[in-house]
Amino acid sequence: MTPVITARDISLTFTTADGPVHALKDVSLTINPGDFVSFIGPSGCGKTTFLRTIAALETPTGGTLSVNGMTPDAARKARAYGYVFQAPGLYPWRTIAGNISLPLEIMGFSRADRAQRIRRVLDLVDLTGFGSKYPWQLSGGMQQRASIARALAFDADILLMDEPFGALDEIVRDRLNEALLDLWKKTGKTIGFVTHSIPEAVYLSTRIVVMSPRPGRITRVIDSPLPRDRPLEIRDTPEFIALAQQVREGLREGHGYD
Amino acid sequence: MTDAAANGGVNPALRGGLPILTVLLAIVAVWYGAAVWMNAPWVRDQAARAEATLTAPDLIRQTLTLDRPVLPAPHQVAAGLWDGIAGQKITSKRSLVWHGWVTLSATLAGFAIGTMAGIALAVGIVHNRAMDQSVMPWAVASQTVPILAIAPMVIVVMASAGVTGLLPKAIIAAWLSFFPVLVGMVKGLRTPDAMQLDLMRSWNSSPAQVFWRLRLPSSLPYLFASLKVAIAAALVGTIVGELPAGATAGLGARLLSGSYYGQTVQIWSALFAAAILAALLVMLIGALERLTLRRMGLA
Ligand SMILES: Nc1ncnc2c1ncn2[C@@H]1O[C@H](COP(=O)(O)OP(=O)(O)OP(=O)(O)O)[C@@H](O)[C@H]1O
Ligand SMILES: [Mg+2]
Repeated sequence: MTPVITARDISLTFTTADGPVHALKDVSLTINPGDFVSFIGPSGCGKTTFLRTIAALETPTGGTLSVNGMTPDAARKARAYGYVFQAPGLYPWRTIAGNISLPLEIMGFSRADRAQRIRRVLDLVDLTGFGSKYPWQLSGGMQQRASIARALAFDADILLMDEPFGALDEIVRDRLNEALLDLWKKTGKTIGFVTHSIPEAVYLSTRIVVMSPRPGRITRVIDSPLPRDRPLEIRDTPEFIALAQQVREGLREGHGYD
Repeated sequence: MTDAAANGGVNPALRGGLPILTVLLAIVAVWYGAAVWMNAPWVRDQAARAEATLTAPDLIRQTLTLDRPVLPAPHQVAAGLWDGIAGQKITSKRSLVWHGWVTLSATLAGFAIGTMAGIALAVGIVHNRAMDQSVMPWAVASQTVPILAIAPMVIVVMASAGVTGLLPKAIIAAWLSFFPVLVGMVKGLRTPDAMQLDLMRSWNSSPAQVFWRLRLPSSLPYLFASLKVAIAAALVGTIVGELPAGATAGLGARLLSGSYYGQTVQIWSALFAAAILAALLVMLIGALERLTLRRMGLA
């Protein structure tokens, strides 16, 4: 299996007024097709920065990174990934359908193709019939689902999500986590997912990457023994609890209370 | 219980207008007072020369009905305004509608030129580093030069090149109106946040796509706010452009000829005509703004 994302010794140092910030140092990771990889770690450990380097929104200062066998920038130009930010970032002057249509218009899809794709992704995120609504007519959770639909519409096989449910309450989050798993199973996409929540990471991922700050680095990569079919109740099983325990330990040792 | 009692004894439609009406009445009252006070010396002087004695009511009546008062009373200005608007054939040189149209056409032309220039410069500033660093100081400098000094030069230089009429005035109007548009649009085009720009980048959008689909729509609230300032500035610019000697048409010329002949009522009528015109233009843009922004979900 050829990996989708290969990072070897990635470093990224920001030069700031207060001197250099080592956001990433010697980060190596391989992500295979169909993986659901979560990044977890304390604030400032470089999760966002790493996701942004994959997306070619930041350029690493060292190391090599390949996405779909290309440089990240070539992959971006080939529209290899959809990116979901913490805020939905929908245009208030466009309907939900219009917002999903935006990347499709930019990429030059035909009108008929756009309409058909919009319908399909709205179904996928369970927003059937909401296409003609404006963003302000939808709840926060629905808006975030619309932004996921927008990232899915052009059929990139990689989905990068930076705390997409971070601003939502627990109940909505549970529902969206289930929906996301469902969507991942249906589409077989490779997903990179940043989160602060241990249960969320354990519930969703096939692999959990634990990071720690100063300098930002990977301290542990945990492969999940959980099956791909995961009802919400799996969170009460001993396997789940043991895995969460492992992640917690990883986070603690990364912190290295020294 | 009656309806009036139910809603506090005040008709809701009146409640909004009441403060405005109060202020208006206060202004009119102060104005009448000032008219009596400022015109009284002349009336007293006349009476003294005629060796007549003046009672207080006489004094007041005469101060408010002078032909060439120092300060005309509100009803005199209202009558002058009414006569200028409705009492003359609109093709007549005594018609304020005709003069108003001359001013309005130059204002609109100047406003259009100024708005285009302001938007074009703002687009340049937002997209080009060199322009970003060089244009703004010049734009600011252009506005610190007194327009009263520039206007006659523009008129004279262009007249010597054989260009008269609307265009020179429109250029002065554009000179004043491009600046608020420039400042507003630079701010407006820069409102999209880093996340929205990153999203565009993740879709590999061209700069033109970012401009038309993100920057321009995001800037519209700022554009409309600037347009309101710009249209008023364009009107001022046009009127200033009508002041230099030789102009015979437009509200500015009307102001000037009024002051030549001591026709204070004419000056004030022209002044009010200009104010009414400005208010109408600003309201028109306000209506366009509400319509557009509401349709875009930005208001
Ligand atoms: N553009 C930038 N310029 C300078 N420093 C930056 C920049 N972006 C991030 N950093 C720094 O890099 C480090 C990693 O930041 P990053 O945003 O990747 O952390 P994170 O793990 O996503 O944190 P959080 O959980 O709070 O989102 C931080 O110390 C941050 O201050
Ligand atoms: Mg982050």
